[in-house]
Amino acid sequence: MSRDYLSIFLSFLLKFSIFSVLFVFFGITLFIFIKGIIYISPSLFEWEYNSTNVSLMPALINTINMVICSLAIAMPLGIFGAIYLNEYSKKDSKILNLIRVTSDTLVGIPSIVYGLFGYLAFVIYFGFKTSFIAGVLTLSIMILPLILRSSEEALKSVPMGYKEASLALGASKLRTIFAIILPSATAGILAGVILSIGRIVGESAALLYTSGSVAQIAGALDSGRTLSVHMYAISSEGLHINEAYSTAMVLIVIVFFMNFISNFVAKKILKDS
Amino acid sequence: MLKERFFQGLFALSAGFSIFAVGAIALFLFFNAFATISQIGFLEFIFGMDWYPDEEIFGIFPMIVGSIYVTALAIALGVPIGVLSAVYLAYFCPKGLKKIIMPAVELLGAIPSVVYGFFGLVIVVPLVSNIFDGVSGKSILAASLILAIMVLPTIILVSKVAIEALPKSYYEGALALGASPERTVFFAIVPAAKSGILASVILGVGRAIGEAMAVIMVAGNQVQIPHSLSDGVRTLTTNIVLEMGYAADLHKDVLIANAVVLFVFILIINISFSALKRGKK
Repeated sequence: MSRDYLSIFLSFLLKFSIFSVLFVFFGITLFIFIKGIIYISPSLFEWEYNSTNVSLMPALINTINMVICSLAIAMPLGIFGAIYLNEYSKKDSKILNLIRVTSDTLVGIPSIVYGLFGYLAFVIYFGFKTSFIAGVLTLSIMILPLILRSSEEALKSVPMGYKEASLALGASKLRTIFAIILPSATAGILAGVILSIGRIVGESAALLYTSGSVAQIAGALDSGRTLSVHMYAISSEGLHINEAYSTAMVLIVIVFFMNFISNFVAKKILKDS
Repeated sequence: MLKERFFQGLFALSAGFSIFAVGAIALFLFFNAFATISQIGFLEFIFGMDWYPDEEIFGIFPMIVGSIYVTALAIALGVPIGVLSAVYLAYFCPKGLKKIIMPAVELLGAIPSVVYGFFGLVIVVPLVSNIFDGVSGKSILAASLILAIMVLPTIILVSKVAIEALPKSYYEGALALGASPERTVFFAIVPAAKSGILASVILGVGRAIGEAMAVIMVAGNQVQIPHSLSDGVRTLTTNIVLEMGYAADLHKDVLIANAVVLFVFILIINISFSALKRGKK
């Protein structure tokens, strides 16, 4: 087929676009990795942070604690909520729609607005001050819709036959839910959980006013920065640019790793179903 | 049966919690903001040109304009590249290459915003500074470039789904009429996927307008109505982050009211998104 100029031009546009996307992606990651590896040093991983060693260790530990605690709150709420939506509520009921609309709204709210809400509600109103626990509560609300919706989808994809067979054998509804439905939906729920972990690790704006930015391993009522807040703090001060590269690298590696696992889990679900 | 009852109650309570959370967020923020805005006056707050917290002059109009400028430019840069990439991935990409590109796009969406901000600070800002000779480089242009990159994954992934959802017969029909594959895609497929592509743009606008940490590092943050691409700018989100740390009393309340304005922006965007989704069905 002879090709007209318009087609050739359009084809060029397409290739140019995808090339620029790839260029940007590899540009950013390679740049940060190469610089990050050069400046990585043992002092970055010391237990204490002080002005001579810009250790990211306290921030890393806070991040892990933050992930565990936020999930401990949001996971039961999200999964139980999904069970209610899927097993107990009538289809197209008002409450179902209301929860859909609210969880869609929660997903769209910018994290800075979550930050101010957390500040008003937990730091001021409930009197937790700027503390780890205030950050955890704020993030729990932020990831709740992610877990709720992905659990709902996972529960929905469990074949009706499983449930019917279990009920037919005389198992109670509750037993069917906990022994049959939940275990078969685990992979789907897990994918949502891993996405939430990625979101917690990357979050900074919502934590600035709730858990604060003190560089120490935080107890429940102390202020402590997570890795993202740490990254923001050292790069906006401008004094430790080299350490900032290494910190950015560590942060990207964690997030990529999370993404990789969630893709892996999601693929496994596709294969199983 | 008591146990059954108890768990059913527990499940219902958990489900109700997200309604409660939205209610609480709205209540806490709006309740605070309402009193503040009525104290300074709605028009003075929204359309006021001056922001001098020390003298209790609070006008956020420059920030509203700043947010709109930066978002509009980011969308203008990001949408064509994003949509074209989605088209390429859906119709022209060889399978092997797709296996590399798709994870790359997904990972682009997973990079934390502070890392984008840092990248902007060390690469884009000096670049802009060189181009415009002598300016600091922290500018609308730098902020829009970073935001354009940040909205790319959203636009590519959502548009691609919309394009792939179209029946294959559209493509085959146009090809059978003798159009080249490129013409087919641009004149038959893309117009047919219009509402899905528009939805991806709306999501992108939401992400761009709500982003704070990346913008704060590259935008310069001056309170002014910018006149050129190399001028510094302050957005609704960055205004909060910059001053919340030390604000007190009325100043603090004003920043919360500022967040409510942002919240209303996002609500409008979300409502138009769901209206679009409903219109499509």
